Amino acid sequence: MLRRLDKKQPLNFKFSAKNLAWAKKQILNYPKGRKQSAVIPLLFRVQEQEGWVSKPAIEVVAKMLDMAPVRVFEVASFYFMFHLSPVGSVAHIQVCGTTPCMLRGSDGLIRQCKAKISKKPMEIAHDGKISWEEVECLGACSNAPLVQIGSDYYEDLDEESFTKIVTDLISGRKSVPGSQTKRFSSEPIENLTTLGTKAEEARNASVELFINSSIKEKGPKTKRSLVSKKDAPNA
Amino acid sequence: MLKDKDRIFSNLYGMKDRSIKGSMQRGHWDNTAKLIKQGAAWIVDEIKGSGLRGRGGAGFPTGLKWSFMPKPEAKKPSYLVVNADESEPGTCKDREILRHEPHTLIEGCLLAGFAMGAHTAYIYVRGEYVREREALQIAINEAYSKGFIGKNASKSGWDFDVFVHHGAGAYICGEETALLESLEGKKGMPRMKPPFPAMAGLYGCPTTVNNVESIAVVPTILRRGASWFSKFGRPNNFGTKLFCLSGHVNSPCVVEEEMSIPLKELIDKHGGGVRGGWKNLKAVIPGGASVPLLPANMCEDALMDFDWLKEQKSGLGTGAVIVMDGQTDVIKAIWRLSKFYKHESCGQCTPCREGTGWMMRVMERFVSGNAELEEIDSLLEVSKQIEGHTICALGDAAAWPIQGLMRHFRHEVESRIKTNKNSHLAAE
Repeated sequence: MLRRLDKKQPLNFKFSAKNLAWAKKQILNYPKGRKQSAVIPLLFRVQEQEGWVSKPAIEVVAKMLDMAPVRVFEVASFYFMFHLSPVGSVAHIQVCGTTPCMLRGSDGLIRQCKAKISKKPMEIAHDGKISWEEVECLGACSNAPLVQIGSDYYEDLDEESFTKIVTDLISGRKSVPGSQTKRFSSEPIENLTTLGTKAEEARNASVELFINSSIKEKGPKTKRSLVSKKDAPNA
Repeated sequence: MLKDKDRIFSNLYGMKDRSIKGSMQRGHWDNTAKLIKQGAAWIVDEIKGSGLRGRGGAGFPTGLKWSFMPKPEAKKPSYLVVNADESEPGTCKDREILRHEPHTLIEGCLLAGFAMGAHTAYIYVRGEYVREREALQIAINEAYSKGFIGKNASKSGWDFDVFVHHGAGAYICGEETALLESLEGKKGMPRMKPPFPAMAGLYGCPTTVNNVESIAVVPTILRRGASWFSKFGRPNNFGTKLFCLSGHVNSPCVVEEEMSIPLKELIDKHGGGVRGGWKNLKAVIPGGASVPLLPANMCEDALMDFDWLKEQKSGLGTGAVIVMDGQTDVIKAIWRLSKFYKHESCGQCTPCREGTGWMMRVMERFVSGNAELEEIDSLLEVSKQIEGHTICALGDAAAWPIQGLMRHFRHEVESRIKTNKNSHLAAE
């Protein structure tokens, strides 16, 4: 698939101080003279900071890793997670459409994206806030259908629960990720056939990490609002 | 059914304490040094004896793979690379290990790394698994702070580092040599073999690439013994295995079960049965997108292991069971897989780059019936020309689901084409 750099490019790119320190540490994970190995993690951090990967960012990363800029561009265009054009500033919704999700109704989720966001994928709607696209298997097929928004998976969706997530995002609220039914993680929905019957933890690892990072971002008040919505997980 | 006491992943769903403290209470990191002190040869022999076959899809004996690693040299370090680029459609087992049982994997890295003479392990996690990667990194930090890994890991005298690396959305990086390319900071395009990674892998050094599950079961096998592991499953298919149930079952789930478990038992017990009852079953893809499907009549006495499924011209793959009920448009389901492979072909080999798109377009017309009957055979012929003519197995993987469809549901494709033709004639 042909992927090109966006026609409208910013003048420059700079890592934030925090991200720069992180990047320098990341490079040390690889042996001496093998800096290039850090190219995907660095580009990923670029995208987390800016929302997409621009030409100036590619040049900055190339310089940091002693690579020719074209080699970095090659990587940015090869891996589909890198957006070479801007996406929705609040959320870019990635709907899994591969067979296991399709069998459980991902077509309906795509229909809702077209109705509530924009007719075509990758079009930014709602004052630049939201965009969507269909992606290939996200690897959580026992929790199908699902979407990825940023770092998080929203699982076990139907059109109704998905529409609520989208309308919440449009009005600036981020729902708690994980299963959108009363399921803990990937255990059987109906009855727990193995490994005991009672959850000792409040939520699964992915949801826990989402909540912790939200608290770090927005302060302790967030915790109450997030947790109250989801205090009755499965079992 | 496998008993809870024989499950390796006792916190698969993350319902119990996931920290290192909780893991230790469940028996992980228990005197790891004692296992290491028995020597590398003992570990390799024990894994060979257990009959463990790689859990990433190909089913190559894990212990044998380790024994291909040359003796460590000072100039050329050896590497263990863990393939956590789980992207085979239907597969979601390694995700649960990464986020809920990370310590089984980290301890496994130390033991496997020691057995093959590696001081460094890289765990390559698919880009989409952001939270899973964070969970894994937290667990690694815990293990470092306890001294279980790092210098003199677990007081065994062996230095061992574990690093998390990640991709950015490329299915092809699940192929071991593409993964190594990606880890070196390049496009994920598979390398020609030979040389095999055990001779020249990561940075040109001896490397073994193993699936997450293959490594994560190692500590328990060594603790409980090869003979314990080989109690489960039929000969040549020993052990326990994580199965992922998805599609039209009442309770999709990830579950650890014995190898060679009957498919019907797996679906009925853990999956809550097929939607609309067993009689409503149409087909099952037993091992992830790339293996040919089984029609309902073959599912009746199907056994979930490498050899049985191979005899039926299918495969166990990753143990990802995709169930389709009677209302499924099976042609559309396979077309969607063709679309997947077209999207994920890396573009290096012509038969795959051009062929996957060609097959997808023909399949698309089969879905609506807008095709000629002769095209079925020409599609099969093209699929045979892609299969086996590419550097990696993605070409094969794209061809097999279509071949499976035509083997078992050719009548359905034919009748759709005929119906479409008749409706056109009637309209005229």
